[in-house]
Amino acid sequence: MPQIDQLSETLTSQIFWLLVFFSLTFVLVGLGMVPKILGTVEMRDNQIAGDLAAAQAARDAATGEEEAWRTRENANRAAAQALIGEAKAKAATASAAKLAEAQGRLDAQLAEAEAAIETARSSAMAEVEGVAADAARDIVARVAGADIKPATAKAAVKKVMAHG
Amino acid sequence: MKQFTIEPLLGSDWQLGDGINIAFTNSALWMAITAVLVWVFVAGGMKRQLVPGRWQMAVETMTGFIDDLLKANVGKAGRKYVPYIFTLFMFILFGNLLGLVPVGLIPGIHAFTFTSHFTATGVLAILSFSIVLIVGFWKHGFHFFSLFWPSNTPWFLAAPISLIELVSFMVRPFSLALRLFVAMMAGHVLLKVLASFVIAGGGAGLGLGVLVGVPSFVLMVAISALEILVAGIQAYVFALLTSLYINDAENLH
Repeated sequence: MPQIDQLSETLTSQIFWLLVFFSLTFVLVGLGMVPKILGTVEMRDNQIAGDLAAAQAARDAATGEEEAWRTRENANRAAAQALIGEAKAKAATASAAKLAEAQGRLDAQLAEAEAAIETARSSAMAEVEGVAADAARDIVARVAGADIKPATAKAAVKKVMAHG
Repeated sequence: MKQFTIEPLLGSDWQLGDGINIAFTNSALWMAITAVLVWVFVAGGMKRQLVPGRWQMAVETMTGFIDDLLKANVGKAGRKYVPYIFTLFMFILFGNLLGLVPVGLIPGIHAFTFTSHFTATGVLAILSFSIVLIVGFWKHGFHFFSLFWPSNTPWFLAAPISLIELVSFMVRPFSLALRLFVAMMAGHVLLKVLASFVIAGGGAGLGLGVLVGVPSFVLMVAISALEILVAGIQAYVFALLTSLYINDAENLH
């Protein structure tokens, strides 16, 4: 087994050159390059994490915006509904007032007309009484030959008319 | 066993101080190739694009794998060990896999698996164990010894248990080094034995060639696939156990 047979003659050479080349590798590769490679990986991971966070933030912002828009829209809609309700109420009161006014005017006209009819009828009644009394006096004078006073005739007519 | 032989390629008389030979061997060459390939692989993923290409994705998968491993086993404090564990994992993984590349098809070139030498795996294991000791004593001082004392246990049980714990703790660098070395060597030896069956069977005539050589060859193909798996698993086990040991030092119970 050369590993044991050559031990004494090659030991120092083996140790020396292994230390030389291993140290060289350690310094150049281990210390010089590996941290940079790990740094690159870390940088990439950070970039990915940052991008993901930015995307999440943008999404959150969009959600917030939509929420705000929704509340604003709801408020607008409510305001519009209130406006419509108010207009409706105003129109209703206005039409009610107009109707009441028209009703009053009509009532007044009606009352006036009724009063006019009443006076016309009473005056016509009075005229009919007068005519009836004259006619009754003429009839009495012609039939009975008696001359009665107009007041008496009038009272008699009234008496008859009252009995219908 | 020639595939495990270490041969000096350059400067067989190079010395560090007095008598410390540091000849540049074939083992050192394959360590160098491993280091270069790890560097090339990771450098290819350094474009740092926001949307990674295939190569960058592959490198990021590897670093992410080690990062997750340490996060799961050590926690947040494990982040600072990522460079070390990553280097360890990639160095062992590439070393293991390079030993399986059939470069022997090119005449004069022999593949060499430096992770099949306990001198190499031992250095890596001692490095990991030293980090555990340094971090443990740095963070907790002598309180680090409470690692061996089981909590909520009566003293007459805790005393022998702590002894066992101490032994198992001290054995860690050996098990770490031997596991990798044995796994890599066993795989290569098994392939070599089967290959010798194929050659010997073929040489012994048609009948034995079909009877022994063909099944051995089929088995070699399957075991080569298994060895690729083992190369990855052993690198992962080394990194995983190191991170578990670091967890002991980092979060004392």
